[in-house]
Amino acid sequence: MPSLGADMEAGTLVEWLVKPGDTVTRGDVIAVVETQKGAIEIEVFEDGTVHELTAVPGASVPVGMPLAVILAEGEKPPAPTPAAVAAQPVETAPPERKAVPALPVAPAGPAGHHRASPAARVRAQELGVDLAVLQGSGPGGVIILADVDGAPIGGERQPSEPRSPIEEMRRAIAATMTRAKQTIPHFYLSQTIDVQPAIDFLARRNADRPPGERVLLGALFVRAVSLAASKIKIVNGHFVEGVFKPANVVNPGVAVALRGGGLVAPALMDAAAMDLDQTMAAMRDLVSRARTGRLKGSEMTEGTITITSLGETGAEAMAGIIFPPQVAIVGIGAPQTRPWVIEGQVVPRSVVTLTLSADHRVSDGRQATRFVSEFETLIQEPESL
Amino acid sequence: MNKAEIRAIYLQELSRIAPDIEPETVGDNDHIQEDLELDSMDVLNLVTALHERTGVDIPETDYPRIATVALAVEYLKGAMQ
Repeated sequence: MPSLGADMEAGTLVEWLVKPGDTVTRGDVIAVVETQKGAIEIEVFEDGTVHELTAVPGASVPVGMPLAVILAEGEKPPAPTPAAVAAQPVETAPPERKAVPALPVAPAGPAGHHRASPAARVRAQELGVDLAVLQGSGPGGVIILADVDGAPIGGERQPSEPRSPIEEMRRAIAATMTRAKQTIPHFYLSQTIDVQPAIDFLARRNADRPPGERVLLGALFVRAVSLAASKIKIVNGHFVEGVFKPANVVNPGVAVALRGGGLVAPALMDAAAMDLDQTMAAMRDLVSRARTGRLKGSEMTEGTITITSLGETGAEAMAGIIFPPQVAIVGIGAPQTRPWVIEGQVVPRSVVTLTLSADHRVSDGRQATRFVSEFETLIQEPESL
Repeated sequence: MNKAEIRAIYLQELSRIAPDIEPETVGDNDHIQEDLELDSMDVLNLVTALHERTGVDIPETDYPRIATVALAVEYLKGAMQ
């Protein structure tokens, strides 16, 4: 079970799209998994032949647990499980190993009092974790920060009360965004930019095209962000284990609001290499699959920067929260008609306010401002996009 | 194509784009963006679908004229003649 987001703990296998004996190639979609962010298509990591499907549809599988056995060319099937060859056990299990309960049992002790470190208490309160359901791993069984971070949020809830998909999604968003705000030192740069040239360019371009070939302003924003990020590399990549790793391609995550609430930000893979029509077609495809719940695992995990746009109507500015392990998010407000000075004359123009949220562990204002300037230059020459 | 048929196509495509919208609950004067919360991508997909189904190539400047069921039926009926 691959991790499809920093805070994912398990996924439910919905269906297999392969069977034993099938040949698979890296990148093939082989299964559908239900997560807090909806149904996601799982891609295989390697080439080979499906030997055995070890997980059954309907099962909740923790991240990291095998779902299937895939043999590379020439590879022998693994030995049967120890139970099948009891005479010669491959590994010896402790004789009285107890099954791990699905939910940790409450530790013995006075009701309402749980031994926990101050940091763990604060974190538990922030995340809505009930200390009573945690087993402490600190000295003398004290609950420490790591115990809280590894706990299911809202542990007070019994598994017999299933949460609605929208509740699950809100919890996933809450967990990711809380962690982002607590661990990433955000800073913000805003610039109001004249997008009249871009709007006029699209009006001319779309006028003689059938609806299926028209391009939205959002696609121009994605083009400008992709090109700017491929040049200003310090905003494009992942911060992992204390180190920034710039990405060599730009996979912009596009925040898509879901009807009924919630949002996902699947990535447009290698968007810098696309032209404007390809970008628009890829966005249409991504949005429709986000709405119907058929995104790929890679699209959920390989984004290198995120774009969140309020569309054509709405508030004029938005400072987004960085989606870890990324290091920047570009928030674009809805276009507004404002008095603007052009060559000494005040004229009405459509403007948008771009707000770059960036990670101060990786960059600072001087570098981030180069990204904003690059975006502004690009969006004012829409023909070049 | 008569008005009832145009209306049925419009509602069908609307609920295909936004499956949570039940066609029978859509009022004649419900605005697709202000009331039904379609975004610009949804509107473009609706326009594309209406173009495929009715042959009317709705230019961007006419989007306000398909913004409600009532407006769209009149507009498409007129454009198809």
